[in-house]
Amino acid sequence: MSVPRLDAIVIGSGLEELVAAARLAGAGRRVVVLEPRDSVGGAAAGEQILPGFRMDPVYADAGFLDPRALGDLELDRHGVSLLTPDPFLAAPADRGDSLVLWRDLARSRASIARRSAGDADHWPGFAARMETFARVLEELAGRPPVRPGGPLLDLAPFLGLGRRIRGLGRERMTELFRVLPLPAHDLLEDEFRDPLLKGVLAAMSVRGVFQGPRSPGTALAFLHHHVGSPGGVFGIRTVVRGGVARLADALATAARARGVEIRLGASVERIACTNGRAAGVALASGEEIVSRVVVSGADPRRTLLDLAGTEALDPDFVHAVRQIRFRGGFARIHLALSEAPRFEGISEAVPGVIAIASDLEHVERAYDDAKHGRASELPVLEARIPSLADASLAPEGRHVMSVDVRFVPVGDRGQGDYAPDALADRVVELLAERAPTLPGTILERKVLMPADMEERYGWTNGDPYQGELALDQLLFMRPVPGWAGYRTPIPGLYLCGTGTHPAGAITGASGRHAANAVLEDLGGAR
Amino acid sequence: MTVQIPRTWDAIVIGGGHNGLVCAAYLARAGRKVLVLERRPLVGGAAVTEEVFPGFRFTVFSYVVSLLRPEIIRDLDLPAHGLNVVPLESTFNPLPDGDYLATWADPEETRRELYRHSPRDADAYVEFGRLMQRMAMAVKPILGISPPDPGSWRPKDLLAMGRLGKHFRDLGEKELHALVKLMTMSSADYLSEWFESEALKAAKSASGIIGTFLGPRSPGTAYVLLHHYMGEIDGVFRAWGFARGGTGAVSESIASAARSFGAEVRTDAAVERVLVEGDRAVGVVLGDGKELRAKTVVSGLDPRRTFLELVEPASLPEELVSAVERFRFRGSSGKVNLALSELPNFTALPGMGPHLKGAIAIAPSVDYLERAYDDAKRGEFSRRPFLDMVIPSMLDPTMAPPGKHVMSIFVQYAPYHRNGGWDDASREAFGDAVVDTLAEYAPNIRSAILHRQVITPADIEAVTGLSEGNIFGGELALSQLFFLRPSPAWSDHRTPLRGYYQCGSGTHPGGGIMGASGRLAANAVIADGTA
Amino acid sequence: MTSLGTRTTPFHSRTAPLVRGHAWRRWAGYVVPAAYDLIHDLEYAAIRGTAALIDVTPLFKYRIRGAGAAALLDRVVTRDVRRAKTGQVLYTPWCDPDGKVLDDGTVTRLGEDDFRLTSAHPNLRWLHQNAVGIDADIDDESEAVAALSLQGPAAREILGSVADRDVSKLRFFRATQARLEGIPVTLTRTGYTGDLGYEIWVGNDRAEALWDLLVAAGNPHGLLPTGLLAMDVARIEAGLLLIDVDYISARLALIETQKSSPFELNLGWTVAKEKRPFVGQRALEAERNGGSSWAFRGLVVDWDSLEALYAEVGLPPQLPSAAWRTSTPIFDGGRQVGYATSGCWSPLLKKYLALAHLGSVHAAPGTEVEIEVTIEHRRKRALATVTETPFFDPERKRA
Repeated sequence: MSVPRLDAIVIGSGLEELVAAARLAGAGRRVVVLEPRDSVGGAAAGEQILPGFRMDPVYADAGFLDPRALGDLELDRHGVSLLTPDPFLAAPADRGDSLVLWRDLARSRASIARRSAGDADHWPGFAARMETFARVLEELAGRPPVRPGGPLLDLAPFLGLGRRIRGLGRERMTELFRVLPLPAHDLLEDEFRDPLLKGVLAAMSVRGVFQGPRSPGTALAFLHHHVGSPGGVFGIRTVVRGGVARLADALATAARARGVEIRLGASVERIACTNGRAAGVALASGEEIVSRVVVSGADPRRTLLDLAGTEALDPDFVHAVRQIRFRGGFARIHLALSEAPRFEGISEAVPGVIAIASDLEHVERAYDDAKHGRASELPVLEARIPSLADASLAPEGRHVMSVDVRFVPVGDRGQGDYAPDALADRVVELLAERAPTLPGTILERKVLMPADMEERYGWTNGDPYQGELALDQLLFMRPVPGWAGYRTPIPGLYLCGTGTHPAGAITGASGRHAANAVLEDLGGAR
Repeated sequence: MTVQIPRTWDAIVIGGGHNGLVCAAYLARAGRKVLVLERRPLVGGAAVTEEVFPGFRFTVFSYVVSLLRPEIIRDLDLPAHGLNVVPLESTFNPLPDGDYLATWADPEETRRELYRHSPRDADAYVEFGRLMQRMAMAVKPILGISPPDPGSWRPKDLLAMGRLGKHFRDLGEKELHALVKLMTMSSADYLSEWFESEALKAAKSASGIIGTFLGPRSPGTAYVLLHHYMGEIDGVFRAWGFARGGTGAVSESIASAARSFGAEVRTDAAVERVLVEGDRAVGVVLGDGKELRAKTVVSGLDPRRTFLELVEPASLPEELVSAVERFRFRGSSGKVNLALSELPNFTALPGMGPHLKGAIAIAPSVDYLERAYDDAKRGEFSRRPFLDMVIPSMLDPTMAPPGKHVMSIFVQYAPYHRNGGWDDASREAFGDAVVDTLAEYAPNIRSAILHRQVITPADIEAVTGLSEGNIFGGELALSQLFFLRPSPAWSDHRTPLRGYYQCGSGTHPGGGIMGASGRLAANAVIADGTA
Repeated sequence: MTSLGTRTTPFHSRTAPLVRGHAWRRWAGYVVPAAYDLIHDLEYAAIRGTAALIDVTPLFKYRIRGAGAAALLDRVVTRDVRRAKTGQVLYTPWCDPDGKVLDDGTVTRLGEDDFRLTSAHPNLRWLHQNAVGIDADIDDESEAVAALSLQGPAAREILGSVADRDVSKLRFFRATQARLEGIPVTLTRTGYTGDLGYEIWVGNDRAEALWDLLVAAGNPHGLLPTGLLAMDVARIEAGLLLIDVDYISARLALIETQKSSPFELNLGWTVAKEKRPFVGQRALEAERNGGSSWAFRGLVVDWDSLEALYAEVGLPPQLPSAAWRTSTPIFDGGRQVGYATSGCWSPLLKKYLALAHLGSVHAAPGTEVEIEVTIEHRRKRALATVTETPFFDPERKRA
């Protein structure tokens, strides 16, 4: 048998895939990236609502750009410039002062104090504690997942982590153990009195989960979204000038610079196996490409059950993959606006998140509807107007706005309570309660339902996290117990998407760990 | 001849609940002079049997014996003191469509019944049972030890941590993963990995929510499923049983055993506070102001009372106080006790039959249970609640006059923090919701009711003293288990005050009529040599 | 349908009046005769001497049809199903992903895309779990199809007298559709006795008619309705495994050591080489190359040694007429080297036989070991010799 010309095929050109490809190529491996769509970036590829109005279809920010994964890619050289939205979070209030949270702890505190003096006192301590905990998660994200039941030797690198956790001191350490499985509801109730503050923080704790804030584990989801953020800055990570699409472009440039070939319009139909090993892919066009390994950024279910097929897989493993919970549950609405909306009670321009989540109950009820299979009657909204901080996103004086709508179960598929248009109408109506001028300024809108995300990006149930951020689907349990190390039971087939540890919103880590696993198996750099 | 009453005791146990009694019995058995002080006129705490209506005896609060540790039964020789547990062998869940789902003592019979609902589930049920048995084996050692303090560098704790680590690694990777899933998943999700029949998923997941303020879709509810299998690995009796004479008879038998070892059990003796001198507990002060001195004081009350009421919180480390303040109780269940002129006649399975001798539950679908939870989340009792019932008079005819019956209905959800609080009107409305629900499945129930006792979480708190009426002395949630129950560093049944110990459902290993915490507390007292 | 009670087979109306000693045995949720007569010796004699008619309805039966039927079964079982011809029957175990046996049974290829799988335990869920991505329909026929086992030297003649085709052409482990005096059946030349025999698969509605027909046709040949006790002796003589007795399904094992691989059950021959992927393949190939630590063998207890042990206490040898299934330690010198899981006195061979799990080093035929026997309340050890199974393998079985 001839030796394949290619070392690795990477399926998809999303952020993780590009990081993996760049790393492999950087180690001297011959890599081709196959992207089914006609632009690079996968779900990170940018689009336009109207000419000149740019949008990132799914992503709201670039997540935590893990310097350990991206450090040597010199992204700034490839045109990535980062923005730090400030204020990062605002919430219009039905009663009393609106909440506006700033990167400056003192300013946040002052805003909170106008609603609750006690909460303002608690804020710095809370922010500090959450930051400490998020640092532990950040450390975990920096390594492939630990296998507590695996060989003792594999545990060695984690002794440092253990020391670090103990180094928190007993009080902080046990508090971490208490908080991880805690409902966000309880975490916030313990700390704060102001319903609005609790509501907007709770809205963050249900990103990536199909649960309400009363569900155990949502505190962990809250912390997950805090990894890499500065202390006290919740729910927003790095924003890239020009949108996340710019990051994808830069990664693609960096990858190409290292010799990666990126083929657009190359839709993988199946992963081909020879003698039980992944040996290449077959494209929808009928073309077959041979390589030593295949690295897939598609979600684990799609990769293993649809693309690779179940023939060589144990039924227990197949069962485990089929049980991964992909729940998606959010829709995204994009608006092109003739002017910036003005939210009542908020005088500042807010380039960060404008959250509509009046209290814990609001978030919980939104979930309750979804739990019973309906889109939320009163959804939780997280709106962003990135053009306020980045004029390149819209024509002069004009603006773009995106709104995350939770919860919209995929089951709806536009036939349930909300068709896409009805959902958009409802969301605009809800926003108009706080920003009355908004409806008259909408030039165009685009709606992405979970079903659309599934169709466009191949995410099972439209779940961009490629698996719920639930307690039992993280760390060594992600994507399935026993196979958390980016490898699969099919030798030569690897996973590098957000369905693997450390999951979405921590950018580059999965791709880097996956590439490392590949290199380890291929015999290192060359 | 007069008996010399000792002026000081080796140990005083506050609260004559079953855990306090177990603790007292073990201490007395080890030769200590022990006094149990119970506020009420009868022992048992939440495990009492009372003749609420003439001729009708009820296990007023608790209703089944599920987890009473077999070693306690052996060590204290409880059968010699009257304990006789009759197995509840079947489960019967009537369904809204007129069908039902049952499980029977015989596995083949159960298989055929499940096969009616789903042939695949019939297969899965057996394998699921095996896995649960293996998981129960994995967890059992944890129930029997005092949790180490993970933040401590003491050799004792490090050794215990090491031993735990080894125990889990020895399980093997697959079993460990299975255990992690069980500990972190929702019962609905966990069961969905096994079963397809909605009725079966609902019936099983209902056991995951008992006593919690969570729904079957809330993560963390799956591990409670294990409880049903714990009994099977002990080989003594099956997981679920009904004590002849009610759960009060369990308490009585433990009290009797304690007395036989020389302990004194005093009722109508409310403890006002613990007497502290310096950093030592030296006795208690009774409600009438009388002081009783002892080398050791063990509180069998819940953590809130143990740390915030019986002693001066200011004398405790702030870390502990804030942990107990944050400890969640949130009672979520109530109880309806019915005196019946005749047996309930279920539309799904009319007439008399073996199904009336087992557990009967109204839990027709996961969605039904979630809706019941939705009401509670919003501060109301469930309009259509989850009901878990037994008819004790079927197993022990002395519980009711001849030909008559008593029915014990555990009801969830009834939130302690009800909008507007609980009063007579809301209590009766709650009782009506229960009877209305039951009547949908057993229409004769209304006319069969001779008397009705409705117990809200507020009533549970008022009568038993359990904070917020939580039947487990604090929620059995992941963040309140093992070394977090009730607080890190103080989960080994000791307290920062020398000579002051804690047992009860609010301490490790938690709720149910289990007795384990009483035994562990007694072990701690004996090991420390403080009494 | 309150308490479901015991379940009976479609032959119950015929078998029940014949069970003189009320000796029933529970089998997979059914009750079937353990023995018809008070003593089962004649029923055993029928298996080996004339013909025996045994109700084996409680077996689980699954019909697997469709374009992917062969692929599905091939994925599940260790033998190569794709190589089976239509009309062929395979005896085969199947394993979990670690190569430990879950169950054993037969696969009958009724047509190109049409199979019947029989098993001792339920396997519906397992089949479905393996069918992900495979185009096959799985029907549980367990309650729709009844089965009789006609075993013994006269079986062929009896069947020939009522069949619409020449059954003498039906070879060992082959199947055919036939009509017996108009009753449509599937015939397989299989059985659980190690003798000449057939299993007859019939729809429930014709079950009683089939029974009546075979009893009438068999009468002149000395056919006897036969219960499980007699069959149990015959299957030990034939060296055939019994689940829950000789091995524990990996599905039900609580600890690893309770599980066995096919190699450890003397079923290495069923593990196909060069086969497409099947469940447990990787582990089994590794075991084939690396060797197994356990083996499953026959033991013949040395009669003189046994007699001497009885003589010590002044008794003649006393053995039960039914097979036993109590796990019994096997020793070599002072060390335990294995355990026997079932055994019996063979009335035909006049030998005391056992089936045993032995450490591989003690498994070579001819190895002398000791088996624990309890004589007058005291534990003794009798000599025994390791042998290949079957103990009894008549020409007629295959001929």
